[in-house]
Amino acid sequence: MAGSAESGISPDQPITIRATLPWADRVFRRGVSGVAGLVLALFGSIGLFLAYQSIPTFNRYGLSFLTRANWDPELDKVGISSTLLGTFEVAVIALMIAFPVALGTALFISEYSPARIRSLLISLVDLMAAVPSVIYGAWGFFLLMPHAKLVSRWISLYLGWIPIFRVNGDPSSATWAQSRFVNSAFIAGICVSLMIIPIACSVMRGVFAQAPLGEREAAYALGSTRWGMVHTVVLPFGRGGIIGGTMLGLGRALGETIAVLFIISLNFNINFRILQSGFSTISALIANDFGESTKPQLAALFTAGLVLFIITLAVNTGAAVLIGRSRSGAATEI
Amino acid sequence: MQAAQPTSDFDVPALAPDFGPEVLHPKGAHLDAVAVSAWFGTNKVLERVSLSMSPGTVTALIGPSGCGKSTFLRILNRMHEMVPIAKLAGQVRLDGKDIYAPGQRLTETRKRIGMVFQKPNPFPTMSIGENVTAGLKLTGVRLGKSDRDALIERSLSRAGLWTEVKDRLGNAGGALSGGQQQRLCIARSLAVDPDVLLMDEPCSALDPTSTFRVEQTIAELRSEVTVVIVTHNMQQAARVSQQCAFFLAAQGTPGGIVEAGPTTKIFSAPEDPRTEDYVNGRFG
Amino acid sequence: MSTQSPPITTEVEIVSVAEQAPIDRPDVPIPLRKISADEILSVVGALLGSFCLVWVLFDYVLPFGGGLGFIVSWYFAFLALYAGITGLSHPRPVVIDRVMGAVFIGMGLLVGFVLVTVVVYTTLQGRDVLPHWNFFTQPASAGSLRGPYNKGGISNIIMGSLIQVSIAVGISFPLGIGTAVFMTEVGGAFSRVVRTVVEAMTALPDLLAGLFVYAVLILKFHGHRNGFAVSVALAVTMTPIVARSAEVALRVVPGGLREAGQALGASNWQTVRRIVLPTATPGLVTALILSIARGIGESAPLLIVSGFTTFANYNPVDGQPMNSLPLYIFECLKSGEPREIARGFAAAVVLLFIVFFLFAITRFLARQKVTTR
Repeated sequence: MAGSAESGISPDQPITIRATLPWADRVFRRGVSGVAGLVLALFGSIGLFLAYQSIPTFNRYGLSFLTRANWDPELDKVGISSTLLGTFEVAVIALMIAFPVALGTALFISEYSPARIRSLLISLVDLMAAVPSVIYGAWGFFLLMPHAKLVSRWISLYLGWIPIFRVNGDPSSATWAQSRFVNSAFIAGICVSLMIIPIACSVMRGVFAQAPLGEREAAYALGSTRWGMVHTVVLPFGRGGIIGGTMLGLGRALGETIAVLFIISLNFNINFRILQSGFSTISALIANDFGESTKPQLAALFTAGLVLFIITLAVNTGAAVLIGRSRSGAATEI
Repeated sequence: MQAAQPTSDFDVPALAPDFGPEVLHPKGAHLDAVAVSAWFGTNKVLERVSLSMSPGTVTALIGPSGCGKSTFLRILNRMHEMVPIAKLAGQVRLDGKDIYAPGQRLTETRKRIGMVFQKPNPFPTMSIGENVTAGLKLTGVRLGKSDRDALIERSLSRAGLWTEVKDRLGNAGGALSGGQQQRLCIARSLAVDPDVLLMDEPCSALDPTSTFRVEQTIAELRSEVTVVIVTHNMQQAARVSQQCAFFLAAQGTPGGIVEAGPTTKIFSAPEDPRTEDYVNGRFG
Repeated sequence: MSTQSPPITTEVEIVSVAEQAPIDRPDVPIPLRKISADEILSVVGALLGSFCLVWVLFDYVLPFGGGLGFIVSWYFAFLALYAGITGLSHPRPVVIDRVMGAVFIGMGLLVGFVLVTVVVYTTLQGRDVLPHWNFFTQPASAGSLRGPYNKGGISNIIMGSLIQVSIAVGISFPLGIGTAVFMTEVGGAFSRVVRTVVEAMTALPDLLAGLFVYAVLILKFHGHRNGFAVSVALAVTMTPIVARSAEVALRVVPGGLREAGQALGASNWQTVRRIVLPTATPGLVTALILSIARGIGESAPLLIVSGFTTFANYNPVDGQPMNSLPLYIFECLKSGEPREIARGFAAAVVLLFIVFFLFAITRFLARQKVTTR
């Protein structure tokens, strides 16, 4: 202390640095903060508005809205349990198809394809993601469904002893009831999987491409085959991306509307038989019934929308946490 | 001749017992490079390099950056062709058999000729023990539990790491220090029982103490495998090697060997004035 | 050097230059990555063998019916046979390696096949309509449900889409870029909140944007189902996409450039305006175009807020609905009338063409960037 007094140096404490920003900077910072705040408020209000519109529904039906299966506004009986089931059925089927295909395609592009055409393949996958969903829906309805019902029949014929693959009636009879095999959750799931394959694939491929060269070479130098290298280096490294991309796809699959709307014939029975016609999903229900709705019906549809909002928000937050936590996420920071 | 006698610059003698030159019945394989040339695209980086590497010998490849040492080393176990535009000519004979001959299995070659890289690269998702046996897993060799444990102990001991990690074999390989990681990588290479071990500047990312341990390890390995090491460190080359090859690439021309021979001769009485300039630190 | 013989090292036999070096051999590269005959033949053999096997067994064991089932069965038979053939002469890891390679290539081919069928099928279904020039010049109201192809078109539908997307871009682009600039250039704890919310909203089901706009504009402010409502709904879905891709574009600008600008005494705003934004321009343009491509194909919110019409209406803010491509396509295809379905597919071809064209521009821009570096 004495020393500092002598030399006139202030004591060894951090000083507060105060920078005076030029006015242009203050305007700039306030401006972009304002825009960001506006966007935040906009998105925050989506949840709030849906919740606000749902209040009458919850007042009227209470928890039975979630547990009741049928949707009969005329009879004043409204519930979404069968619809929730259908939503998850379609999403899970879509995921079971999309996950292996997206993973395989991502590995093919990043590890197996010739380097010359790799960027072309990446563009094609991105292009596939850009194809409007109404076109996938049309493809699924007009081209896929006639083929897919044959596959459905084959599955129910040979795997019908598993309850979810059973279909009412006898699939082996000469005049099998074709109409029972169309408009099923299975076919909708295939259609939706097409839309999430490119999304999941490009997330996975992006992570695989960052697997460190040093570890790749280490595996090869030990005498590994390409698959051995992929298995020991690329897949463990890309685990976060694999999970994250899949969850992102799941989020999309839960909310997909128009493609499902092509396939669906709305039916509110609790239907575990995925190959059999008749199911519903939240988004298809909303889109289908919205046009001709009365006021209380509208409120019920908004509540269904709120449920979808909460589910997708949970799934996507989970995806973000998983991607962020994995080692692969860290490498993306430039 | 006094001028060509700079050995006193290299402070080695303390290590004499470990680093001695005498190996009576060396294991390992003969590795002969015959007229090896290499290209990246149209750019030729190596011009007809020939070198013999014998069992019981540590061969050091020295020379300034960009002279093709690392490329040459990677040619020796077919890692060169990992680069899509890489090409090469000539032969590399492992005990007389050309590893580039048609019908030679790439994975088999790499298994017999192990490699340790500049930067330690243990597999981060595997434990220490799993890292050691990774090569066996990758090449489809199955071992019983007791054999596996014995192999882990033997490999880690040969790499001089056993006593340091024997109580934590289940820990992640990435949690070790840099020097330990590099010795873990050496142990991993040794576990597949290679005939030749290639080392690409294995100590350049390590501190002096770790470097010393790795050099000790190399000296102990000499009797078991043929070692080829690329190094920028003259003292290291003088300490660990019995044979030395000096690579040089003049401006705009492919690299090649200027002089090769016994290490003592390269350092004490080189024939080429460029070698003398380099080992005495006048350039490079 | 004669006086000093090297010490004991002589015991080690050292041959510095291989004696039998074939100097006369020409110095030409050896084929390194040539695919061996074994590899080619085992693939061809497995393909042929599995084809014959499935050919024989198809009718008896796997009554799929149709070419699809045949190809699926062939592929699995191929995998099995290929594994067997490789297993005859190779160790297990090589067998696994080759089979996994075949699996991944199969997945890639499957995805490519689907993309091709989507494009080809759509075009084939619309091929009778597209040669009629009036399809592009007349409004939909000029034709009728079962009327001939030489009457009526989609001019008003395309215009409707363009007007709606233009307004949506006008709203979403300033908001998205502003948010991205805030996230990268200002930062702080608040920006983490913003980023989290924006990321969550990117994956928000598009249908909910429609519900939201309906609740706000139509229920709350007693607006109409018109072009503007659609634009706002599209803007809600596009803003997070713009914000995220613009953030990526801004993040790529090296931090060193910012520091260099600030070290020269430029203010934060000057640095962003003169250095960061110009450097990031190609990325920002790509973000813009991709969000347009996304917006123009967006269909779910239209089902809520658009309202269907065949009549031309170019005023986005009056009480009348304004139709657009995705909704028109959907209504046509669901109509059940063959001619209307064909028109729907023709409109889908137009939509695909617009999206692919926008996409091609972004690739072109990306290539420009690479070549100028």
